[in-house]
Amino acid sequence: MRTITYRDALREAIREEMLRDERVFILGEDIAGYGGTYAVSKGLFEEFGEKRVRDTPLAEEVITGAAIGAALGGLRPILELMTVNFSLLASDQIINSAAKFHYMFGGQPQIPLVIRMPGGGGAQRGAQHSQMLETMYAHVPGLKVVTPATPYDVKGMLKSAVRDPNPVLFIEHELLYNIKGDVPDEGVEYTVPLDRGEVKRAGQHITIITFSRMLHVTMQAAEDLAKEGIDAEVIDLRCIRPIDIDLLVDSVKKTNRVVIAEEGWKYYGTGQGLAALIYEFAFDYLDAPIQHVHGADVPMPYSKSLERLAMPNKDAIVKAAKAIVPAVLAHT
Amino acid sequence: MSQTESPKATATNKDEEQARWLAMYEQMLTIRHFEEHVNQLYMTARMPGLAHLYSGEEAIAVGVCAALRRDDYITSTHRGHGHCLAKGARVDRMFAELLGKEAGYCRGKGGSMHIADQDTGNLGANAIVGGSAGIATGAAMSIKMRGSDQVAVCFFGDGALGQGVLYEVMNMAALWKFPIIYVCENNEYNEYTHYRETTAGDLSARSAAFGVPCETVDGQDIRAVYDTAQRLVARARQGEGPAFMLCNTYRYYGHHVGDIQRAYYRSKEEEERWKTQRDPIQLLADWLVEQGMTDHTLFERIEQKVQAEVEAGEQFALNAPFPDPGEVEEDVYA
Repeated sequence: MRTITYRDALREAIREEMLRDERVFILGEDIAGYGGTYAVSKGLFEEFGEKRVRDTPLAEEVITGAAIGAALGGLRPILELMTVNFSLLASDQIINSAAKFHYMFGGQPQIPLVIRMPGGGGAQRGAQHSQMLETMYAHVPGLKVVTPATPYDVKGMLKSAVRDPNPVLFIEHELLYNIKGDVPDEGVEYTVPLDRGEVKRAGQHITIITFSRMLHVTMQAAEDLAKEGIDAEVIDLRCIRPIDIDLLVDSVKKTNRVVIAEEGWKYYGTGQGLAALIYEFAFDYLDAPIQHVHGADVPMPYSKSLERLAMPNKDAIVKAAKAIVPAVLAHT
Repeated sequence: MSQTESPKATATNKDEEQARWLAMYEQMLTIRHFEEHVNQLYMTARMPGLAHLYSGEEAIAVGVCAALRRDDYITSTHRGHGHCLAKGARVDRMFAELLGKEAGYCRGKGGSMHIADQDTGNLGANAIVGGSAGIATGAAMSIKMRGSDQVAVCFFGDGALGQGVLYEVMNMAALWKFPIIYVCENNEYNEYTHYRETTAGDLSARSAAFGVPCETVDGQDIRAVYDTAQRLVARARQGEGPAFMLCNTYRYYGHHVGDIQRAYYRSKEEEERWKTQRDPIQLLADWLVEQGMTDHTLFERIEQKVQAEVEAGEQFALNAPFPDPGEVEEDVYA
């Protein structure tokens, strides 16, 4: 084991997959000589050359369509879209083609395609550069949507995504690239499945379900709660389509209380979808209404003082948890 | 012809030429009959959904696909039956797909507008106008990256010229010299509106801005289509990059089978003029007779063969079973 950044873990996964399988290549805007807007692909152009590390025109629709076509033609593209916000220009290709071809064409073609894209707010990039749009894609059957939050998971999940025969939307977060975490030594092969969440902190009083950057905020909230005698179990979904519903139900059976913490908007999103699933499959085990911590229902404001108000934080999670854990339970 | 060719070789060439044109004649006729039957199925309420008929445009799919190999790629459109058949799809399985039967190319899950046939290099129709332009271009990218000598053809209509992605793909294909031909089937109507009301400037000038050569072809003249396609395909195969082929044509039916009152956007006289003076099947037949390559008995025989094949295919599909209920949740993921 060693400690590396989320960015380096991503780069290692891409590099190892490119070394393992010559059909794997990467394309995207400014990913070659420049090394990618978030420096994820730095050095890969020098190592693999322009054929397998392709700088593309700024044209999300065609580069996404071309990645689908390349997958149909027998390759395994990893496409980097500069941010999830820009993927809206490619959403026709993602939703109308990539998600549907396998089913619509009667199981004939496979689309082994990975689309990497960072999303999220907190860096004062304003309304058009701060969205969490993973929910929108998670609505669509035929897509896999994953949101790894740690260096270990991001490396293992990217490797799984490259080897998967389906289109995988690989949602990173702009504020995660510099975080550090334990990752097995280079050359030590491991993968992380694309359909399993993970208990990141075991607890008995309440289950807090989260994903992406909010995992780290939630872990801090759990520490605060522990000081007040509330023992929180933290579940990182890691993937939001498919949903690892069994893991959630098992935890609810133990804690009987749920907080869902996400950065995205309130209505019709991942959080509300999860709440509906838990009510459907674990209603009898709930001792309190599910609490939902989410981003404000507004386009992201620019000013630091306003952006802070629009994003969910640790205190909101602590407050939500305390609202449904009776004092008598704490310290038990 | 070179001086060294023997008289026998000449005769063989002539035979080959005759066989080639007759095969194309038969294929155009198959598509025509297929579409007539589809129309009848729809009008008699035996076919659901939507169908956009290719009648009148047959020379383009057949002429272009005759210049392709089986392992070359095509992408198609909502008006795609002709492309599928020309690339080698079977009539019976096409009917089966249109009727939503298990024996269809997509096991009844695609329907008229969404047919793919991997075995013949048909990567799939896309019912989003312009939707397959990027995909065809990516398939061409895969060809180049794999070092293969295949070629990709992207069929689309005049309506797709309104989509920005058409220009994005030409930029990319020219930049990286992809082996792809963009074949525009200009049937004059963007659905229910003449293209001149929606499309500014010179259609044939568009690709030049990207350094992609354009050839304008009479899309009713299959010999012109085939000759041009052959040239552009050979060029692409040799690594000389993409081309744009503008085929002027006409669609005999409405935008789709239900579009029967067309007087508000085009006249009956206009339709008649194309059908009687510019019909691609008749034009080829006239030329074949003129060349002494055929006679009426041969035409008769082809007609009977095609009719029998289409009728048998339709019957097969009508009698074929629907998909098993369990299919509804199959193949969402590979």
